[in-house]
Amino acid sequence: MSPGILSISNPKLSLNLLTKGEIRQLHSATLEVIESVGVRFPLPEALNLLEDHGARVNRDTMVAQIPGDIIETYIAKAPPNYTLAAVNPDLDLQLDGNHSYLGTDGCGVEIIDIFSGERRRSTKQDVSDVARVADFLDEIAFHWVPLSAQDCPPESRALHELEAIWSVSEKHVQTETILGERQMQAAIEMAAILAGGKEALRKKPVLSIMQCSVSPLAHDGGSLEAGLIAAEAGLPVGFMTMASCASTGPATLAGNLVVGNAEVISVLALMQMAHPGCPVYYAAAQTSMDLRTGAYTGGGPEDFLFGAATNLLADFYNVPLSMGAFATGAKEPDWQAAVDNSFSSFMAVSTLSDMLLGAGLLHGSRIFSYEMLLMDAEIWSILHAMFKGIDVNQESLALDVIREVGPGGTFLTQRHTLEHMGHLWLPTLMDRRPYSVWEEKRDGVREWALARARQILSEEPSEPLDPELKNEFLKIIEIVEQG
Amino acid sequence: MVDDILAQITENLLKGETESVVTLTGQALTAGIEPLMIINQGLLPGMEIAGEKFSRGEFFLPHLLIAAKGMQEAMALLEPELSLRQETPEVLGTVVIGTVHGDIHEIGKSLVGTLLSVKGFQVHDLGVDVPGERFVEKVKETGADILGLSALLTTTMIGQREVIEALVEAGLRDRVKVLVGGAPVSQSWAEEIGADGYAEDATGAVQVAQDLLEGKS
Repeated sequence: MSPGILSISNPKLSLNLLTKGEIRQLHSATLEVIESVGVRFPLPEALNLLEDHGARVNRDTMVAQIPGDIIETYIAKAPPNYTLAAVNPDLDLQLDGNHSYLGTDGCGVEIIDIFSGERRRSTKQDVSDVARVADFLDEIAFHWVPLSAQDCPPESRALHELEAIWSVSEKHVQTETILGERQMQAAIEMAAILAGGKEALRKKPVLSIMQCSVSPLAHDGGSLEAGLIAAEAGLPVGFMTMASCASTGPATLAGNLVVGNAEVISVLALMQMAHPGCPVYYAAAQTSMDLRTGAYTGGGPEDFLFGAATNLLADFYNVPLSMGAFATGAKEPDWQAAVDNSFSSFMAVSTLSDMLLGAGLLHGSRIFSYEMLLMDAEIWSILHAMFKGIDVNQESLALDVIREVGPGGTFLTQRHTLEHMGHLWLPTLMDRRPYSVWEEKRDGVREWALARARQILSEEPSEPLDPELKNEFLKIIEIVEQG
Repeated sequence: MVDDILAQITENLLKGETESVVTLTGQALTAGIEPLMIINQGLLPGMEIAGEKFSRGEFFLPHLLIAAKGMQEAMALLEPELSLRQETPEVLGTVVIGTVHGDIHEIGKSLVGTLLSVKGFQVHDLGVDVPGERFVEKVKETGADILGLSALLTTTMIGQREVIEALVEAGLRDRVKVLVGGAPVSQSWAEEIGADGYAEDATGAVQVAQDLLEGKS
């Protein structure tokens, strides 16, 4: 178990990206889109709810046009603050608008094997191994399902993934891989076992649910179904837009924000119609299409700007945000990965996005790399230090010690130095050795990151799941598999 | 006059002026230009230039797709005329494409379909959330050379395998090359399920389709 969680709060840095007036404009344009163009909800239950609450519904196209005042009324029912619970309450996460937390990324399909270095398809064992390393790192506050357990049957795969993570970690889990009613019900049962029953789960949601929209302006029926069931059980539910400039959204950044915003706030309003006051969150990973290949880029200036802008929207609606950051398009943990992941995380934290996704994946969230996970954690620790800013007070101005040392002296031998040097950042992966040492060894960040991950994996998890609970999980999964 | 109007079709196709392409195509028909001539000397040269510019990095994907849209809309006007004359434009091969059952992601699959039609394939796009038997029926009905299966979710990828199995069962597997794609799909997955080809992006998919047809892979 990790001794603590390194979150970013009370930041001294901030960013002026959008004025209040501009946010209002984005909001008004969004409402106009939802009301006049509409959003597709391919689930009869969702369409019924929307119609009952005043939307105009076309049953053939499954598009609902929802009046703006109705969206505003229902989104206002969402709680602004709540806790993402962990099995161990010391690891609870406060979604109070004053914390940024980092999670792992998901859901990759391949992994760079930690021993052979070969790229291969991911398995349930990988999900468990990655969760163990993530559990160990203070920088990682919560888990996403980092990889798909492709050796498990599709109808129960998401449950195997949860079981793999919960077996080795007591941190909060946010899953993005549950679709449809059966898996959702089973996941709730599993979470309820950890929380101490279904009522207890409402107060201690050890699991939160993330579903994706289908840009532009549509949702998936299975996602809506799972989201509604989770909301009923009191699990925090978020919907993620991945609208991409020039393909699934307009080429303009503001237009892309409008499309994504319309998807997210329309479905969050739906959740509030179904279960008023249920905890929900905004989720986004907008980017720009690569103009040459059509690829979802996972990086670049547009991506970084969206990272900061989206939390301004989520704050406007007074709901927490789970923001796609890191998610580099790089093939290896290299210069591109460092540029992408530093800028994207910096920008998302600059507006204090509540949850950041996610560390460890390469190639646009497809390939997991232990090296990348450790490097991303180090980027987070740099951000943690930077967002503290510069304290200016009598003690930090250090006049006494400056007087003491005087011109040409040294601060090395001062008590003031001893007392304050603990606040200076120390790397675990940056190479600050003499050139000659490097020249002799020719090693560096990649070797060190890999060695650290191997070290963590060589140790037994300190808080493994009670075998009885594990058996209960496996029974639930078995029932789902037997249909 | 004939050359002039055909040149204008090419030019407007390249400029992305879809409406003008359709208007000019109508005018060309009225002026008595044969539909095959409009295709071969007006539309296709435009698509070829667009493709070359795209390869050279002068054109971006939206340029190419808006040109293709112009071509498709013009073809809608020309097709009735072609069937009146019992003529068919030259086709490189026939493709059936769709997103597998349980998956409603449209854009990647449509992009591949469009780029294939730009290259001269006849493309039957079955849309999204397509049941396995529908793919099999359409392959049978069209005698397709290539079947393209898209899946964007780790949970729906399995549908690609199921379609391939259904093709085997229907005795059609040897008659059609299967191309798979989608964000979670990889070369190793393609090999595992016995697909004939995989590409990560749309232009790659077109290349693989051409190679498959020429028996290169």
